Amino acid sequence: MNAVGALLRRDLALTFGGGRRGATLLPVLFFIAVAMLYPFAVGPAPELLARTGGGVIWVAALLAAILPLDRLLAPDVERGFFDQLALRGIAEELVVAVRLIAHWLSFGPPLMLAALPASALLGIDAEALRTVELGLLAGTPGLAAIGLIIASLTVGLRGGAALAGLLLIPLAVPLLVFGAGALATGGQSGIALTAAISLLLVAIAPFAGGAAIRAAREN
Amino acid sequence: MEPARLSATDLACRRGERLLFRGLSIALGEGEALQVVGPNGAGKSSLIRILAGLLRPTAGTVEKTCQAALLDERLPLDGHLPLGRAFDFWSRIDRGGYGPGNLAGLGLTELADVPVRFLSTGQRKRAAILQSNTRMAGLWLLDEPLNGLDAEAAATFQQRVAAYLAHGGIAVIASHQPFAVPGLRTLALADYAA
Repeated sequence: MNAVGALLRRDLALTFGGGRRGATLLPVLFFIAVAMLYPFAVGPAPELLARTGGGVIWVAALLAAILPLDRLLAPDVERGFFDQLALRGIAEELVVAVRLIAHWLSFGPPLMLAALPASALLGIDAEALRTVELGLLAGTPGLAAIGLIIASLTVGLRGGAALAGLLLIPLAVPLLVFGAGALATGGQSGIALTAAISLLLVAIAPFAGGAAIRAAREN
Repeated sequence: MEPARLSATDLACRRGERLLFRGLSIALGEGEALQVVGPNGAGKSSLIRILAGLLRPTAGTVEKTCQAALLDERLPLDGHLPLGRAFDFWSRIDRGGYGPGNLAGLGLTELADVPVRFLSTGQRKRAAILQSNTRMAGLWLLDEPLNGLDAEAAATFQQRVAAYLAHGGIAVIASHQPFAVPGLRTLALADYAA
């Protein structure tokens, strides 16, 4: 319990305290930038923007999830944090689980907030905005879990950042299909399926991440 | 300190296609120290990591009755934080051990306000020494511990290890530099090369 508190405190301080990652602001700015550019690219027709805007928000969220990945675990592995924690009997799974919480907090709620100005830029109505926000609430934990799994798998690789982006996109397709699909059907079922996928990914992430970090020691 | 005993039986280690060593056995009890010597690439660091339990040996087993502490070339502290605050994280994990007295023992007191990324090689090593085993684990694994330390700091560190051994700890030192602690035995990895 002592260790969980210490880990969570460090992770949150690094994420929100302007530490080395600076990872909170960059994805949010990127996300808003995409929403800003889209009307310039396709033209200002309100009905076109309103119809496609929700999907654009989802694609922007997915791409924004790639940005913090290279700083998520690699610096801690390189500097021996995981080794020193393992020597003290603290499992990699625990460290990764705590990191998942901090990563989602730095990424999910800020994107949900940023979706408000983004929806204004894209001219999305209140009903669709509600579906987008619920979908992001259901989907961002899954995106954070996928990101963490990929960060742990690419931890020992040079050029891991580029590879991480490439790996995240196909794995995130189910979240995108159901999350953005809920906009078209307007129903709760898409959001429920998104939440189910997220739960599964969140449950797997600590174990997959821990195993990947241990395997990286053998390289 | 917890009663310390380390026994490794018939260890072998392969990295890639190369078999680094085989048939290596070690038995150490309270207060005993072993220096592992060998040319670059002989597998000193791999042996240290196997004894730490961080690397699986290709063959053989490692048994220890105590926790292991590891000092290597890395410094697990956040670079942007002042040294004193960077230690706070490990202080919570280790339940203390980073007080003013601990810092003074390694000449780190006046560095407490300096961000970790501005520390010199020797200063980083001194910080790593404190981080590795202020909790007094029974087995202290030292991988090139004297790298970057000046003559005075190296002498102080060897006294520190000698005091640790006198308290019943076990030390395994991988280094080609001479290391002076009472009762130090030497193991030449070349004798176990495949």
